Amino acid sequence: MTAAVSGQTPDKSRALSSALWPWLLLLPAFLSLASVSFYPIVNGVYLSFTNRSLITQDNDFIGIANYVQLLADPPFWNAWWHTIWFTLISTLLETFIGLAMALILCETFAGRGMVRAAMLVPWAMPTVVTSKMFGWLFDGQHGIINFILLHTGLIDQNVNWYGSPDTALTTIILADVWKTTPFMALLLLTGLQTVPKSLIEAARIDGAGAWTIFWHVRLPLLMPTLLIAGLFRALDAFRVFDLVYVLTGGGPADSTETLSTLSYKVLFSTLQFGYGSAVSTAMFITEGLIAIGFCVFLVRQIRRTT
Amino acid sequence: MNGERSVFQNILIYLGALFILIWSAGPFIWQFSTSLQLDKALTEGTPSLIPNPFTLEHYYNAFVEKGLHHYVLNSLVVSLATTALCLIVGSLAAFSLSRLDVKGRFGILTVILSVSMFPQIALVGPLYLIASDLGLLDTYTALIITYLALGLPLVTWVLFGYFETLPREIDEAARIDGVGPVGLLWHIILPMSLPSLVTTGLLAFITAWNEFLFALAFTSDSDSQTIPVGIANFTNQYYVPWGDIAAASAVVTVPLIILVLFFQRHIIEGLTQGGIKE
Repeated sequence: MTAAVSGQTPDKSRALSSALWPWLLLLPAFLSLASVSFYPIVNGVYLSFTNRSLITQDNDFIGIANYVQLLADPPFWNAWWHTIWFTLISTLLETFIGLAMALILCETFAGRGMVRAAMLVPWAMPTVVTSKMFGWLFDGQHGIINFILLHTGLIDQNVNWYGSPDTALTTIILADVWKTTPFMALLLLTGLQTVPKSLIEAARIDGAGAWTIFWHVRLPLLMPTLLIAGLFRALDAFRVFDLVYVLTGGGPADSTETLSTLSYKVLFSTLQFGYGSAVSTAMFITEGLIAIGFCVFLVRQIRRTT
Repeated sequence: MNGERSVFQNILIYLGALFILIWSAGPFIWQFSTSLQLDKALTEGTPSLIPNPFTLEHYYNAFVEKGLHHYVLNSLVVSLATTALCLIVGSLAAFSLSRLDVKGRFGILTVILSVSMFPQIALVGPLYLIASDLGLLDTYTALIITYLALGLPLVTWVLFGYFETLPREIDEAARIDGVGPVGLLWHIILPMSLPSLVTTGLLAFITAWNEFLFALAFTSDSDSQTIPVGIANFTNQYYVPWGDIAAASAVVTVPLIILVLFFQRHIIEGLTQGGIKE
């Protein structure tokens, strides 16, 4: 309207600029993501078909040789299984405990604000610090966990939590559960709070107990949030690196080696960038499959409820 | 939902709340107490939560012997630069997607968000080679550029969500006043979004401050290594200096925790907006 008053030329230039502006403003973000995410991913896939090594200075295209070697490589499968196990157990634990915490926080009680605030502490802490902290809590000689368990009679001698292949992975899972569960609870709490109060009231008037209300009213409505939060958590758990690298370095006896720590070692200890890229590409593919599988499940779940 | 709870349910809820409180804060309080105790007290006899005798020697060791301040400085420079860049680039993108005529905006947003799901280990090898070719290893620049891309998806999403809540009428008013897109963003949208910018900036800052993998791969000396790498390397070959580690942990975590507690409401809101909803 105003442009028509001021004449033809400004109108034209405005039309031109308004077509360009959106893309101009998006450009820095595109450039950043393209150069630090998309290009490296593609480049990594390419590298996985080469024998690039920073030691021998090889850099030839060798087709699928890396993948053939990978599939026959026991350390790869060892790390693959650990990663799947870690992802599965930690995601399940974090979802269930998180849900329980969210249900408590949903109630009103004195000091609720303080509890909610405290729950952000594990989330805000650098993972490296979490790792070191758990290293100290579970220290084989002077750790407080051993002390408590010993004095309550649950164990009769100190356990070398991170030093023994039997307990190391479990203890790393515990550290992850500690770090992430509270935040999961806060996300689920937001989901729970969107459940209309009137529905719960109506169920209560019909004589439903707390358990029935949870199972038949709250849980079905929370399902989408629960599944999406679970997916995000699973994808995050799947790339676990800091915890393992700092706590055990993949040991003892490779009992905590995961795909991320294995890739890192192949890349930066042996400097075989070709083979290392094959490991990380295989990991990327597995992660993609998990995401797709989850989405299919989610869509089915949503279709069934609507 | 209150009111009709039985005594048993009340007890259950308070026990649950107490459990959550101890679970969340307990380990850190223990770590903090460790940082104030003598090595002798840590390794002998009965552990105690109250430091007795109280000592600052681990803080002295962390700074004077291990040069913690170098890492703190590196982390501060890298994280602040990352935060500033994330806010600039992210708000331009979010503004464009929210207010300007972009075709396929939700497709673009999904692509941006999907980047945050890439396994970072798949990026670190190729990026290392690029950084090495460009002579950027052991520089702040390599870390800042990388962290910008890591922080962008969340920053863009949260700011987009916030911009969407601002009324469209102001766009109309701005257009009638002859204000262009940049003027609209700079003079109207950004000032109105200050709370959201603070939260988002904090999220970008925390991401950069806590990042470990890229810092580990791209830097090799205390002139460029960030705090997480510094702390990871604190371990002595023959024994683990738990007290010194605890002191360093407290130095890098306490300010963060204070910030987070101060902005907790906004953080929870921001993150749920960016991560889960829709």
